[in-house]
Amino acid sequence: MSQFAINLLFVGASFALYIGIAIWARAGSTKDFYVAGGGVHPITNGMATAADWMSAASFISMAGLLASGGYANSTFLMGWTGGYVILAMLLAPYLRKFGKFTVPDFIGDRFYSNTARFVAIVCLIIASVTYVIGQMTGAGVAFSRFLEVSNTWGIWIAALIVFLYAVFGGMKGITYTQVAQYVVLIIAYTIPAVFIAMQLTGNPIPMFGMFSTHTESGIPLLTKLDEVVNALGFRDYTADVDNKLNMVLFTLSLMVGTAGLPHVIIRFFTVPKVADARWSAGWALVFIALLYLTAPAVGSMARLNLATTVYPDMAGQVENYEEAATNPILYEDRPEWVRTWEETGLIAFNDLNNDGRVQMYNDAVDYSDRGWEGNELTVNNDILVLANPEIANLPGWVIGLIAAGGIAAALSTAAGLLLAISSAISHDLIKTMINPKISEKSEMLAARISMGGAILLATFLGLNPPGFAAQTVALAFGIAGASLFPALMMGIFSKRMNSKGAICGMLAGLISTLLYIFTYLGWFFVPETNMLANTPDNWILGISPLSFGAIGAMLNFAIAFAVSSATEEPPQEIQDLVESVRYPKGAGLAVDH
Amino acid sequence: MADDKSNAAEYWKANVRLIFGCLVVWAFVSYGCAILFRPLLAGIPVGGTDLGFWFAQQGSILTFIVLIFFYAWRMNKLDAKFGLGE
Repeated sequence: MSQFAINLLFVGASFALYIGIAIWARAGSTKDFYVAGGGVHPITNGMATAADWMSAASFISMAGLLASGGYANSTFLMGWTGGYVILAMLLAPYLRKFGKFTVPDFIGDRFYSNTARFVAIVCLIIASVTYVIGQMTGAGVAFSRFLEVSNTWGIWIAALIVFLYAVFGGMKGITYTQVAQYVVLIIAYTIPAVFIAMQLTGNPIPMFGMFSTHTESGIPLLTKLDEVVNALGFRDYTADVDNKLNMVLFTLSLMVGTAGLPHVIIRFFTVPKVADARWSAGWALVFIALLYLTAPAVGSMARLNLATTVYPDMAGQVENYEEAATNPILYEDRPEWVRTWEETGLIAFNDLNNDGRVQMYNDAVDYSDRGWEGNELTVNNDILVLANPEIANLPGWVIGLIAAGGIAAALSTAAGLLLAISSAISHDLIKTMINPKISEKSEMLAARISMGGAILLATFLGLNPPGFAAQTVALAFGIAGASLFPALMMGIFSKRMNSKGAICGMLAGLISTLLYIFTYLGWFFVPETNMLANTPDNWILGISPLSFGAIGAMLNFAIAFAVSSATEEPPQEIQDLVESVRYPKGAGLAVDH
Repeated sequence: MADDKSNAAEYWKANVRLIFGCLVVWAFVSYGCAILFRPLLAGIPVGGTDLGFWFAQQGSILTFIVLIFFYAWRMNKLDAKFGLGE
């Protein structure tokens, strides 16, 4: 059977499973559509949250960024897990006690203001659409590879499938489908990693293998990797970063973003009790950690495998790297996986010095003494995880499995986000603010139309994405963290916070973060409309657009407190509401208005 | 009622104290060990690199899991002690 047929078989079988579950658990009422009837066990919920959470960014893109950035990109690992600590302690239990459907519900009620609700809706939509752009980028890579089409076609196909999938599902369908998707994606991620860890270190557990001895060279894997990348002009894989401020802020942005993203928060409305919301967050992190502890091993091992594929002489014990570097593979001898990925346009070869060999190195360093005239092989970071089994010569079914896993990751998150977007529009904007008498049927229709609109917009922007999947997603986190997280937290922890403070705070966080991002990445991410080039020299204090969310959040807090203390106290019934969300006693199921 | 109120206030204070303690550990392992104090930990070798690198890619994640379960366990006890659970 050809690889193409195997891929189709695996992806097709996993789809049949999801669709089967979606039909079996089809949403009957609007309430089912949004929150799955409020009766999901913490472990089930944790698993669904993990699938919801681990998107194309985590599955497809993150290990590639770790591979290319090494230690400096550990921010993704810490940021996307550490956020669960603040979510579990600062938000989830209280929002569960509050017991409504959506994030704008809480902000609108707690700050007794439809203006606050509207600002929250705007923040939510901007953050979620940005997030979906990242998913489209990642899903596009996966589809282009397994259907063997161009990247652009891959994105459009992904858009169509995500749309059909989210529109007919709803939350209840999604909860159980996501459990299935979690299982598919974690198996797909782990199996190749175990194989590769065995090959390289003899240790079957990737998270330990990464820190053990590299069998072929007899030295620790990470030391070997440092030596190899160094010989090619790159910084050590484990090298420390120069700008610690940026690294701290980036990690913080991802953490507060995690706690501010509506599609994750919405998950904690679906457990039966407040105590379950706390456990749920813990279980979610356990299931997420299974992938996140493996990802750094995948990244480092893939980087080593890629380098030794191009420079076979570097694989074993190397006396002289200078010499090993002079003997890269001939282009016509390139492995099969390079050929297949070339068709997607995500790997490109350009023989600059016309020697028929592949020179892959950091061409910021001058290697003209080696006869090199520039880097000749460009490999898109986002293909690394998907190509990983092929790079390591694993059997065809492993490659099929990883295609199914990558698509599961992108689909589950995109569906969760689209649900958050559509409920913000149909429930918060139309039903609560514009027309409270709208029928259930029209509300569902509005929800589905807004899903369609959001996908079209995200797909269009995903064709020219502002970065690799994980980077685009990181921007979404910055936006959510700067706007929604502080408002939610102050709504619970400060009784004194009033509507004027919260509104000014959210606007300050949102606008400052967007301005900073658009300055470097283009207005609304449209390419070539940026005012400054996106390079560290141009960044204020070396703070990258990806890290600015943390600053935005600080501005949000500061302005909210300043405005709030200069204006009137919130009314008594609001202070009583804050009091009541703090104590678990008396939490019913999530209720409709 | 007055008793109820002071009881509730006491519970909230205990919760905030617990959160503060957990967040100190949270910040120490991630921003501390993994980023800012990495140069100080450079002398401690772990599998071909140093302890700071291990904290950045493994240790902090493991600590986060322990923290959440610890918090959930302590809060359940507090809920029961103050009679505020469900």
